[in-house]
Amino acid sequence: MAEAETPIAPSQTAPLPTRVYRHRLPVRIWHWVNAVTLLVLLMSGLMIFNAHPRLYWGQYGANADYAWFAIGSTPDTGYVRIGAARIETTGVLGRWTDAQGVEKTWAFPGWATIPTSYSLADGRRWHLLFAWVLAISLTLYMLWTVIGGHLRKDLHVRRDEWSPRHIWHDIKDHARLRFPTGAAAARYNILQKLSYIGVIFILLPLMIATGLTMSPGINAAAPWLLDLFGGRQSARSIHFIGAWALVAFFLVHIVMVLLAGPVNEVRSMVTGWFRLPAEKAK
Amino acid sequence: MSGVMMPRRKLIVRAGGLAAALPLLGACDAINDAPAVRKILSMGEEMNRASQRALIDRDALAREFTRADLSPVFRSNGTRLPPGEAYAAHVASGFADWRVAVTGLVARPLSLSLADIRAMPQRTQITRHDCVEGWSAIGEWTGPQLRRILAAAGVKERARYIVFRCADRLGDALYYESCDMVDALHPQTILAWALNREILPIANGAPLRLRLERQLGYKHAKYVTAIEAVDSLGGIGAGKGGYWEDRIDYEWYAGI
Repeated sequence: MAEAETPIAPSQTAPLPTRVYRHRLPVRIWHWVNAVTLLVLLMSGLMIFNAHPRLYWGQYGANADYAWFAIGSTPDTGYVRIGAARIETTGVLGRWTDAQGVEKTWAFPGWATIPTSYSLADGRRWHLLFAWVLAISLTLYMLWTVIGGHLRKDLHVRRDEWSPRHIWHDIKDHARLRFPTGAAAARYNILQKLSYIGVIFILLPLMIATGLTMSPGINAAAPWLLDLFGGRQSARSIHFIGAWALVAFFLVHIVMVLLAGPVNEVRSMVTGWFRLPAEKAK
Repeated sequence: MSGVMMPRRKLIVRAGGLAAALPLLGACDAINDAPAVRKILSMGEEMNRASQRALIDRDALAREFTRADLSPVFRSNGTRLPPGEAYAAHVASGFADWRVAVTGLVARPLSLSLADIRAMPQRTQITRHDCVEGWSAIGEWTGPQLRRILAAAGVKERARYIVFRCADRLGDALYYESCDMVDALHPQTILAWALNREILPIANGAPLRLRLERQLGYKHAKYVTAIEAVDSLGGIGAGKGGYWEDRIDYEWYAGI
C-alpha cells in the first residue's frame, strides 16, 4: 500500500489531489467475499438461534435449565431477558408482524433471517456452507497477510504507536471526527490497526473455533475445545456474543466510511486507488 | 429430534405471498428454493461429512461425563408418545412382546426380544445429547453395542448403511433414520433401553432407542422396531436416508 502515483510535495502551496494505490488485490477480494459471507452467516445464524432462543453456560442446557439470555413472548408482548433484566421488544424481537400482517413469536424477525420464514434446516444449510467460505478465505488471507507483508507493512503496530498518549490522541481525534489528511490518510491509524488485527486474528478465529465446538463430530476428535470454552453451551453463548461483536465492528466501520468520504473509500476498496484528502491549510 | 416443523410446501406458498409484498425478501426466498441453489447448499454437508470422516478417527469417542454432570431434567423432543393402539398395548404389557427385527444384508436374520437384548453384554455411557435446535442434555445410557447385534446377525460385506425403523408415526409415515457403517460399528453406538439407570421413559423412545453419539439428536432413532442392513439408501423413503432428511432437507450427515 501507499505507493504514491505522484510524489507528495509538502511544500507545494496548492497540492494536486493525489492518488495512492492503497489496497492490494487480495485485500479487496477478501473484503467483498467477507462482506457477503458474514452477512449470510449472521442472518442464517439468527435463523438457527430462532430454533432455540435461549443461551446457557456449561456443558449442557435445555428448557429446564437456567438460561442467562433468552428471547421470548408473553400473550401480547415480545421480550429479551438478560440475566434478571427483562426488556420489552414487542414488534422486533419475540413478537412481531410479518409482511402479510401475521403475528409471529419467533425470536428474530423474518427480515433479519435466512430464509425469511422459519426453516432451521435451510438456515443450517446456508450457515454450514458459508462457514466453509469464511474458514477457507480467512486461512488464505491470514497466510497472505503474514507472508505477503501486509501484516509487517500495514498492520504492524510501531513502538511509538503503543504509547497510551498516542492511542488517547487517536481516540480523541476519532471522537471529534477529525480524520487524517494528506499522506497520513494513506496509512492505517492505531485504532484501525488494532481493530483489523482483532477481527482477523482473534474474533473470526474465535467464531470458527466456537462453531466447531458445537459439532458433536469435532468434539470426538478435539475434546480439548470443550475444555477451552467450558462446554458446548458456553461455546454457543460465546459464538452468539462474538456475532454481535462483529456486528458492532461492522457498524463502526460503516460510520467511519461514511464520515471519511464514502465514494473515495468504496472506490479504493474496488479499484485499489485512494484519493488523499488535501492537507489542511496551515 | 426436532420440534416445530413446517412442511416445505407451506413455506414456499408463504414465500410466494411475501414476494408480492416485499420484493427483496421474496427474492431471497426464491434464491433459497431454486434447485441449483439447493444443490450448491448441499455441498456444505458433503464437505462436512468428508472432512470429518477424513480427520476424525473412526473409533474416536464422544466425551463421556460423570454422574455429577447429568442434566437435572433430560428433555425429550419429537414424538413424546407414539399414537395408536398397538403401541398402547405394548406399554400396557411392559413391552413384553416387543421385537426388533434385524434384516436386510445379513446372513442370519434375527428377531430379538427385550430379554435377548438385555442378555447381551451391555455398555453404559454418560454422554451429551445435542439437539439440532441448539440445546444439549447429559444422560446415562445403557444397552448393547449395535456392532454386537450386527455381528450376531452376520452383516454382509456389501452392507454400506444401517437403517432404523421406528414405531412412531409422524404425519404421513413411521419415523426412520440411517447411518453409515463407520457409525454403526462405533463402540459408543448402542441400542439403549435405560436412561439414568431407569427403564427408558416413553418420551425418550421406550423400549429402545439408538444412541449415535457423534451426531445430532434426530439421528438417534426412538421406538426402534427394525434394523436393516442395506447397500443403498435409494429405496428408503424418498432416498435421503431419514424422515426429516426426506421432508425438510435436514442433513443426513449430522456430525455438525
